Amino acid sequence: MIYRETGQFKTSYGADQAIFPIAQDRIGMLIIMALAFVAIPLTASDYWLTTILLPLVIYGLAALGLNILTGYAGQLSLGTGGFMACGAFAAYKLSTAFPELHVLVVFALSGLITAAVGMLFGLPSLRIKGFYLAVATLAAQFFLLWLFNKVPWFTNYSASGVISAPPLAIWGETYVTGFEATPRAKYLFALSIVTVMALAAKNMTRLKIGRAWRAIRDMDIAAEIMGIRPLATKLSAFAVSSFYCGVAGALWAFAYTGAVEALAFDINVSFRILFMIIIGGLGSILGSFLGAAFIVLLPIFLNNALLAMGMAEAVALASHLEFMIMGALIIFFLIVEPHGLARLWQIGKEKLRKWPFPY
Amino acid sequence: MSGVQQRESAVQRKRQIGEVLLAVENIGLRFGGVQALSGVSFDIREGEIRAIIGPNGAGKSSMLNVINGFYQPQEGVIVWRGQRLRRMRPHFAARSGIARTFQNIALFKGMSTLDNIMTGRMLKMRATMLEQAIYWGRARREELEHRAFVERIIDFLEIQHIRNVPVGRLPYGLQKRVELARALAMQPTLLLLDEPMAGMNLEEKEDMCRYILDVNEEFGTTVALIEHDMGVVMDISDRVVVLDYGRLLADGPPEAVRRDPEVIKAYLGVPHE
Repeated sequence: MIYRETGQFKTSYGADQAIFPIAQDRIGMLIIMALAFVAIPLTASDYWLTTILLPLVIYGLAALGLNILTGYAGQLSLGTGGFMACGAFAAYKLSTAFPELHVLVVFALSGLITAAVGMLFGLPSLRIKGFYLAVATLAAQFFLLWLFNKVPWFTNYSASGVISAPPLAIWGETYVTGFEATPRAKYLFALSIVTVMALAAKNMTRLKIGRAWRAIRDMDIAAEIMGIRPLATKLSAFAVSSFYCGVAGALWAFAYTGAVEALAFDINVSFRILFMIIIGGLGSILGSFLGAAFIVLLPIFLNNALLAMGMAEAVALASHLEFMIMGALIIFFLIVEPHGLARLWQIGKEKLRKWPFPY
Repeated sequence: MSGVQQRESAVQRKRQIGEVLLAVENIGLRFGGVQALSGVSFDIREGEIRAIIGPNGAGKSSMLNVINGFYQPQEGVIVWRGQRLRRMRPHFAARSGIARTFQNIALFKGMSTLDNIMTGRMLKMRATMLEQAIYWGRARREELEHRAFVERIIDFLEIQHIRNVPVGRLPYGLQKRVELARALAMQPTLLLLDEPMAGMNLEEKEDMCRYILDVNEEFGTTVALIEHDMGVVMDISDRVVVLDYGRLLADGPPEAVRRDPEVIKAYLGVPHE
């Protein structure tokens, strides 16, 4: 009854092509933004900001990057962790070699470097598809990590192989990376970048380039006769996706952990992000974030629930139970709704239009 | 239609048909040991409706695939607007204004009807990726401009009600229509239709005929179509090519082809005596 578009007449194609054509969606989005940008930084504790919300936002960005490649362009990839590492190390090298560079420039450049690397590893996609491509992208995962581990130049010859983020300020003395930065500043910095990039992704996926990606995903033969060049389109998806993953990796190293080694971006990270988009919903911007929230928040929730049930003594048992419940829930979700949480939300909205008089 | 009117429309029809738009000369296509086409030559004139008929496996679809660059023939030449090409490339064909539909629908199933048709405008959009990311300036202007054009096609084909429906959910007949809409969005010079009426009931066939004739007459689009319904072929086409076992069997106006003894023997069938 509340959620319906009755009476909202669009008088131009411009209005119909808006990102949120329905007023309720616009209001809902504004509320979420107000919560994320104002309410949470004001109320959340430092613990919540640094250990839960920051990784959640950054995982969301990485999942969005993979979703562009896998969900929209249909190219399965297991190299996400490698690309994140690439972004982290590029940002580290740039900010230590050119300390005068602004933090946003550093992040943009490390994104671009990762995009170039992603395109390189995307070249096989012209010839191989599906699972075989996924195996080929594993090369990116292992090669990049090996490179950052073995070549000391990337870590500025640090003995431990760990890079620590130098303090960078967004303006004046407001640091957003390094140890001087407050959790609040880091969270807001990451959230702003993620919001802008999510908006850009929404635009790209619904306009020309996004149609080309989806066309290649759905029917590459027909796409070719529409004049879409398969190689250029797939490579552009690899480039944009890697750009997003690279920035996510840079944020991970600079805003979240502050110090990181290459092994932090191992194959488990790639799988984790792949699970996020499968659970969240392939080919959906919202789904990337829902999936990230599911995977990040559920273990914490389970852990607390088990503790509350009096299992505080058996820590090992609690963590095993956590794994089992997590796995069961993932399987349950995939059976109930294989198109992910985003589709569940979609169905909910359709139901809401008729509620409470569904006749 | 009275006799006078009929003669007038026939005269008009002649006036509409112009120069040779595309010619294939001596096309030979092999897949391993299978000779799909051998020594096929015919031409398609501007503004006409050209039918390609023949029994199953005659090489009709292969011929369309050769024309829009999907298959590369081993022998022969394709002449496109006087330009002699050894082979076509799909991208070149698309840019030159050759659009096509497929026998077994090749739509983008996960995309809405509107998005499917908008892909037909892809080659006419110039905005860079950055402009699209911020949806500003040229990206926005182009999007709205092409949306307006696509809406005219949606009106023309009477598919307003399914504008936002993912095409995977549509019934067969509508999917065929969306595929035609997507091809039309390219504003093609030459429209290749691979069995546009296969599997349709009489009413849907009549609709489809009407659309094809309208496209041809109002926009002057040249149409080459493969069709098995002889009634349709004889009614709407200006000239007919008959293929059999990859060879050219006959070529000419419908009445002549219908009386050709070779064609009757190979395809139309002889009545039992």
